[in-house]
Amino acid sequence: MAGTAVRRRLSWQRAEVLELRHETPRASRLTLRPPDWTGHRAGQHVDVRLTAPDGYTAQRSYSLASPPEREAVDLVVERLDDGEVSPYLTEELRPGDLLELRGPIGGYFVWPAAPDGPVQLIAGGSGVVPFLAMLGHHRASRSSVPVRLLYSARTVDDIIGRAELGEPGSDATDAEVTVTLTRGAPDGWTGPTGRVDSALLAERTFAPDRRPQVLVCGPTTFVETVARGLIDLGHDPGRVKTERFGASGGP
Amino acid sequence: MSFISRGFTGRRRKEEAPAGRLPPGQYDVGDGFPVLSAGPTPHTSLDRWDFSLRGEVDEGRRWSWEEFRALPREPVSVDIHCVTSWSKFDTRWEGVSVDTLLTEVETAAAYVLAFSDGGYTTNLPLADVSDGQAWVVDTYDGEPLDPEHGGPARLLVPHLYFWKSAKWIRGLTLTTADEPGFWENFGYHNYGDPWREQRYAGD
Ligand SMILES: Cc1cc2nc3c(=O)[nH]c(=O)nc-3n(C[C@H](O)[C@H](O)[C@H](O)COP(=O)(O)OP(=O)(O)OC[C@H]3O[C@@H](n4cnc5c(N)ncnc54)[C@H](O)[C@@H]3O)c2cc1C
Repeated sequence: MAGTAVRRRLSWQRAEVLELRHETPRASRLTLRPPDWTGHRAGQHVDVRLTAPDGYTAQRSYSLASPPEREAVDLVVERLDDGEVSPYLTEELRPGDLLELRGPIGGYFVWPAAPDGPVQLIAGGSGVVPFLAMLGHHRASRSSVPVRLLYSARTVDDIIGRAELGEPGSDATDAEVTVTLTRGAPDGWTGPTGRVDSALLAERTFAPDRRPQVLVCGPTTFVETVARGLIDLGHDPGRVKTERFGASGGP
Repeated sequence: MSFISRGFTGRRRKEEAPAGRLPPGQYDVGDGFPVLSAGPTPHTSLDRWDFSLRGEVDEGRRWSWEEFRALPREPVSVDIHCVTSWSKFDTRWEGVSVDTLLTEVETAAAYVLAFSDGGYTTNLPLADVSDGQAWVVDTYDGEPLDPEHGGPARLLVPHLYFWKSAKWIRGLTLTTADEPGFWENFGYHNYGDPWREQRYAGD
């Protein structure tokens, strides 16, 4: 699991908020222009810091949703009603505001520089955000690596990244996208429903004998269940990478 | 600090924390115990588990699970601080002091690299894992350590950010030169003192 050394100083910068859009009823897309951006790798994140008038600060991590090929950077933040930072980012922030951040951070949970097999992405909820950057990069770099995304969302309205993913079921994207809905599907839904389990993994992801590189991202319990399911199916643990968005307060 | 985030007041969860025990930029996670790791949780059966000391030592050491369990044990009650900004107070563990493991070891090493099932590594100065500052623990809150939290055994170095407390530990390599471990290679701070907010390289 050795990595490339990325050892430069990370300093805070104030990025202008260019645009804010509702991505879903619960998630917003923030388009930012950091003054000093050296580029990023798909899958990296930034740390965002908020400062109150009395000096109190709160800091959280957010994945970059935009591919490295784009100049402005996007974050997609899901609002947790009882959260501290995400309600501010999704409801209080306005275009023209400055947002303190530093990054890009992380060199592990990233699109593989030289994939030596197909790439399987598996997301739960806002865990799809780093994969939007990866799929965008895959497209922009005309990569021919076979890619699949298995994405668990609550309802159709909760699907983050519909623009990038194409309407579920369509072939608007060059990756094979499967969305499973855990809280009910509308009439005419042709995709699967219910949580990601071993049957769905077996059916909709690259089989272990194709030696895919697998990236799993989402809430802790989702990641734990999926990673375990993959190992049980016979995937090499050394080829499964995980990123847990672990609600900071949850177990 | 001159910068203010317009309209942000914050939750001030800080005030709920015992005075003087919350490092800067951290908040009290209360009863929660978040899980973070870079890959799937390894499951090594106890009859195949061992703990070894290797590298710059006169003679390598190895303990089977039975032998490890028979070593003198200590209860440890400490605060822990994760780089992702949660802290947890008065966590209760039990295990073997690293001092016990290093008893009678002759070494010229100044560093250790902890290594784990799953390939994880993390580096620490030898001075930071001796003198009652570090343990290999296999019990949390009176129960065998859950695999999600690093069971059967993990390193516990509470005075540094928690990524230094390697889960699923299988041993220590003693080295004369400092060698960055897994997260340290990905831009995290080489030492990781929460009180100095050493999160990333250069902090
Ligand atoms: C590498 C990484 C990338 C990430 N990328 C994204 C992303 O792209 N998009 C995204 O939306 N999120 C992402 N996250 C998650 C994000 O960092 C935050 O955790 C998330 O936005 C919640 O922050 P918050 O301040 O709103 O909630 P918090 O205030 O941190 O609360 C989170 C939950 O914990 C509970 N809680 C916390 N403190 C207490 C307390 N004292 N008492 C009771 N309950 C408490 C609350 O119930 C709440 O629901 C990422 C996380 C990581 C580590």
